[in-house]
Amino acid sequence: MTKNTVSFDQAIEQLEEIVRQLEQGDVPLEDAISLYKKGMELSTVCHEKLHNAEKQLISIMDDSGEKVPFDAIENEDATR
Amino acid sequence: MHVTATSYLTVKALTKYIKRKFDADPHLRNVYVKGELSNVKIHTSGHIYFTIKDDQTRMPAVMFAAQARSLKFRPESGMNVLLQGDVNVYEGSGQYQLYAQVMQPDGIGELFVAFEQLKEKLAKEGLFHPSRKKQIPKYPQKIGVITASTGAAIRDIVTTLSRRYPLAEVIIFPALVQGAGAAPSIVKALKRAHSYPNLDVCIVGRGGGSIEDLWAFNEEIVAREIANSTIPIISAVGHETDTTIADFVSDLRAPTPTAAAELAVPNQLDLLERVSNRKSQMVSIVTAILSQERKRLNRVVSAYPLAYPERLYRPFVERLTRANEQLEKNGRAILQQKQQQLAQQTMRLTLQNPQRMVLQHQKNVISYEQRLQLAAQKNVQAKGRSFSNMIQLLEALNPLKIMDRGYSLTYQNDQVVKSIEEINPTQPLHIKLQDGVVIASIESINKQSKGESS
Repeated sequence: MTKNTVSFDQAIEQLEEIVRQLEQGDVPLEDAISLYKKGMELSTVCHEKLHNAEKQLISIMDDSGEKVPFDAIENEDATR
Repeated sequence: MHVTATSYLTVKALTKYIKRKFDADPHLRNVYVKGELSNVKIHTSGHIYFTIKDDQTRMPAVMFAAQARSLKFRPESGMNVLLQGDVNVYEGSGQYQLYAQVMQPDGIGELFVAFEQLKEKLAKEGLFHPSRKKQIPKYPQKIGVITASTGAAIRDIVTTLSRRYPLAEVIIFPALVQGAGAAPSIVKALKRAHSYPNLDVCIVGRGGGSIEDLWAFNEEIVAREIANSTIPIISAVGHETDTTIADFVSDLRAPTPTAAAELAVPNQLDLLERVSNRKSQMVSIVTAILSQERKRLNRVVSAYPLAYPERLYRPFVERLTRANEQLEKNGRAILQQKQQQLAQQTMRLTLQNPQRMVLQHQKNVISYEQRLQLAAQKNVQAKGRSFSNMIQLLEALNPLKIMDRGYSLTYQNDQVVKSIEEINPTQPLHIKLQDGVVIASIESINKQSKGESS
């Protein structure tokens, strides 16, 4: 699984699905192990995505339709 | 006043005169009247014709398009209103009427009336119906924010989004959110957001303010733009107590901009906890499965045949042992049998020993030898005797003996010459005498005539 291609949405949905499958019981051991491995990978992906997104990408569309970076908080602070 | 001198006025002149009275009277200018509307007719030109009345009296009135355009609500018959205007004469019909400059609903504000009217209209069209509400995505990747680019609202939204869910990208589409031009500006921003690729959700709103400040969000064009959006929209206008038409048509209404941001995204701390919970759930489930399978394995392994494997192969060992014994026994038997056979054959062979034959044959050989010797001796003696006889005979016949008596032998080329025909006159003749050889050359050969003897 490549981390870049999976969105957080997909990753956590898949993780939930895996847990659901495991909770259903009667999963053969091999399947349980591979589900577990995949689930662990997914949880790592989720963790990383949550941890790595420390700085949010915020931009503002200006009048000419250009996207420019926006930092409201600093702007506000600067005007105080 | 003389009858003859009496001059007749035209209707127009009289009316003008009356009109002048009206014009001159300051009490008829800028009058404030309250009453109930009836016979309200809104002309296509935008002028509104109506009658203002109370229990006993009625008065025709008009509001021209220039003023009517600024009305927030639509005047309807039966509505109690406060009017401000002036009374004057409409010369065409000779009627006086009230020219309204300002109209406000009596008792409740005009904005409230306008709000209720638009709400009713849009509700009839079904724009507020729950079936129209789009699902807000759980984990949006791109969030559009439509509000003023400065102020508390944008700050609250941005800080809340950053705190809760920095994974998502935020794109702000700035808009005027109050005053003239706010509604078209919001509509424009909504359209821009709509054409922006892959927005998952949009927050539309502004911070708190008076009903006038929030008014743009009660405008029909804004409401319709929100209703037509294919992107799920969360509205967040003013404070908790403020409700706008935008709130009704949006897919989700948030009481404040901060709340809108909270509704738009999950909290990353909750998510982290959830991921951790899922992880530990998985661990415990898989651990349980493993221990269960291990138990199962142990159960199987400790089952009778596997626990005592020697019992499995014992019968085979026994069979092997028996077979080995059989093999040895049979082997010995065969060996004995063969040894006996060998002895028998050896005996038979001994009986057939050729030594005796050899002895026999040796005896035979000796006897044959003796007989051979005897025979040979006899033979030799006989031959010796015969030989002596022959010698005597030969002695008697020896030509050399004859030579003693003067005979000789003539040879040429080692051939005995018996006739002159055989002689080569050029070759020497060897004449053998009794005691030697004469080599003679031929002088002549004379043929002996018949009967002649020499």
